[in-house]
Amino acid sequence: MTASRRTPLLKGQHLLAIADVSPAEIEALLELAGKYVEVNRQIEKRHALLGGRTQVNLFFEASTRTQSSFEIAGKRLCADVMNMAVATSALSKGETVLDTAMTINAMHPDFLVVRHPSSGAVELLAQKVSCSVVNAGDGQHEHPTQALLDALTIRRRLGRIEGLIVAICGDVLHSRVARSNIHLLNKLGARVRVVAPSTLLPSGIENFGVEVHRNMADGLANADVVMMLRLQLERMSGAFVPSSREYYRFFGLNEEKLKYAKPGALVMHPGPMNRGIEIDSNVADGVQSVIREQVEMGVAVRMAVLDALSRNIPGGANS
Amino acid sequence: MMAPAHEAARRRAYLNAHIVAPAQGLNGKGGILIEDGWILAVGPQVTRETAGPGTAVTDCKGLTLIPGLIDMRVFTGEPGTEYRETLASASEAAASGGVTTMIVMPNTQPAIDDAAIVDFIMRRARDTALVRVAPMAAITKGFAGEAMTEIGLLKEAGAVAVTDGTKAVANANLLRRALTYARDFDMLVVQHIEEPSLATGVMNAGEIAGRLGLSGIPAMAEVILLERDLRLVEMTGARYHAAQLSSRHSLDAIRAAKQRGLPVTCGVSIHHLTLNENDIGAYRTFFKLSPPLRGEDDRRALVEAVADGTIDVIVSGHDPQSADTKRLPFAEAAFGAIGLETMFAAALGLHHNEGLKLERLVEAMASAPAKILGLETGRLAPGAPADFALADLHLNWKVEDDILRSRAKNSPFEHRTLEGRIVETLVAGRSVYTYSL
Repeated sequence: MTASRRTPLLKGQHLLAIADVSPAEIEALLELAGKYVEVNRQIEKRHALLGGRTQVNLFFEASTRTQSSFEIAGKRLCADVMNMAVATSALSKGETVLDTAMTINAMHPDFLVVRHPSSGAVELLAQKVSCSVVNAGDGQHEHPTQALLDALTIRRRLGRIEGLIVAICGDVLHSRVARSNIHLLNKLGARVRVVAPSTLLPSGIENFGVEVHRNMADGLANADVVMMLRLQLERMSGAFVPSSREYYRFFGLNEEKLKYAKPGALVMHPGPMNRGIEIDSNVADGVQSVIREQVEMGVAVRMAVLDALSRNIPGGANS
Repeated sequence: MMAPAHEAARRRAYLNAHIVAPAQGLNGKGGILIEDGWILAVGPQVTRETAGPGTAVTDCKGLTLIPGLIDMRVFTGEPGTEYRETLASASEAAASGGVTTMIVMPNTQPAIDDAAIVDFIMRRARDTALVRVAPMAAITKGFAGEAMTEIGLLKEAGAVAVTDGTKAVANANLLRRALTYARDFDMLVVQHIEEPSLATGVMNAGEIAGRLGLSGIPAMAEVILLERDLRLVEMTGARYHAAQLSSRHSLDAIRAAKQRGLPVTCGVSIHHLTLNENDIGAYRTFFKLSPPLRGEDDRRALVEAVADGTIDVIVSGHDPQSADTKRLPFAEAAFGAIGLETMFAAALGLHHNEGLKLERLVEAMASAPAKILGLETGRLAPGAPADFALADLHLNWKVEDDILRSRAKNSPFEHRTLEGRIVETLVAGRSVYTYSL
């Protein structure tokens, strides 16, 4: 990677939303991430690229997999990684997001990886700090690294994104994963469908560049990829679906419903899964499932993002 | 600000202005003659010759003279959250925007739901404010939506209307009783029209909310409550005012009610006439308003409805919020924007760019609220208080923190250049504001 190290890949200082990045930038990130997949499969995984750089993972919302994925990514690139779980500490003492961010910013981190339960919170924070900010999920808005790792998974399995039929199924309304994926897959030329009961679709979804389906038979027909979403029971204020039993009956992915899709279609899930609600264990653990591969790609993608952003920092990465 | 000449001469004349006073049918060159805070004469006949000897004279060539504006929807932080705004600081903002009467909302801490608090507001205003202040009082005790306030006593103390301000009275039976009771006192009932169970979101429901991942408030939340309320007005015959319309669908309901002869009026905020949901952009919280900014179709329909008189009143909706309530993620930030200082200038934008007649705008910001609230101001007529303002319709100015006199700086027009502004404001014949660069 020595040759490409100094080549800028991203225009911006931050990675906040897939909506803001161009198809070319996405391609470049995916290509770089592909190389990190190979690095991660070697015995010696460390790469001195970000030695002396500080990465703070600022999580205002509980997370296991995303936070550990970012942590491993940073550590493999030799950054000093610190995790801050603020969900229960400073905020409960009346400190605002910005106060917390400014406090950490004053310690001169190079990267701030932020997750927050409110849409737009990461953007707000990025306006006020001097380091590079990576959005690790803001409310119901975007989760850009998830979309990138999903794209990397699909591309490594099926060889391309363009022209594929991707069905995103379930709680689109509350899902930042869905929004980022819709942007990214459209930018790379896939045909995107959403499949959900109308109560779990955001208003104006027809104008997002997707085909909208209200049942799995139509939505999955001939699909190359079936992307299941977590039913965000914790985000639901009020009744969106009558019960998880009813939801499973009509929208839960089991072997029977998977038959609507193309033979061998990929089954994906951003995790954590509600087994028996949106996805059946047989399918989640079945031969068509690439769910664990998504997790592997996650580390590589996050390394690529940190690498790419470091090229925009004055002084850049270590050479 | 008081010119020494004022004390020397009790009589003062402002001459050669372009006078716009729709309630008096004035729209042309003329002057105004005042004495001891009252208007003696107004119109083309007031000239240097007719003003008489010993009259201090100001030449207003190139300026437009309008009645002092009456802003029917102003929030302050007094009592309770004075760091946001006091009656004094709000009145300074009002003066610089040509507003000579502020109708303050009862959403304070404690709430204005008791005659003693009304009295407090009146005394504080008398002692500290540059402009006239009249409060609206709550409809229900503590805005709890359970028990009716003492409407008769509140009126006696000086409340000009009852409203729960930022909250709607959701219980239909309670509102019905309040309307019935208010009618006996000829008290105006003002309602924030949003069905609370539908209005749980943070911006207009629609594609933009969907993309931003923000929860939406559908326009029908407004229409449903408005239509219900209009039926209650029909039942009770009370005078009812819908505080702020945001949706084009509400206009049909208002038109139909007016056609049926119901004693109904309505208002719109200057922000809903000049901005739309696209202005929110990347989660800009200064554009988070209640009711929410809606689409461009709605905005245009609202402008038309002001032009044709379906909408009676334009308000600023002035709601001072500090950084700690606005510099937050969008969903967590407070609703509201300041507007006292920019209302007239922004309205002029509608005149300059969208052909709205100036006399109609002045009517909606002065004589119409005066009529609805039964105030003696808002008109330029002999015997009326000398509350008026002078405006330069084409003076460009930039809305920046240092020019804003409000204690809070949450203006959606920040950094924008507006065409036209108030250059002098008089309350009871006394100059309370003069523009200087």
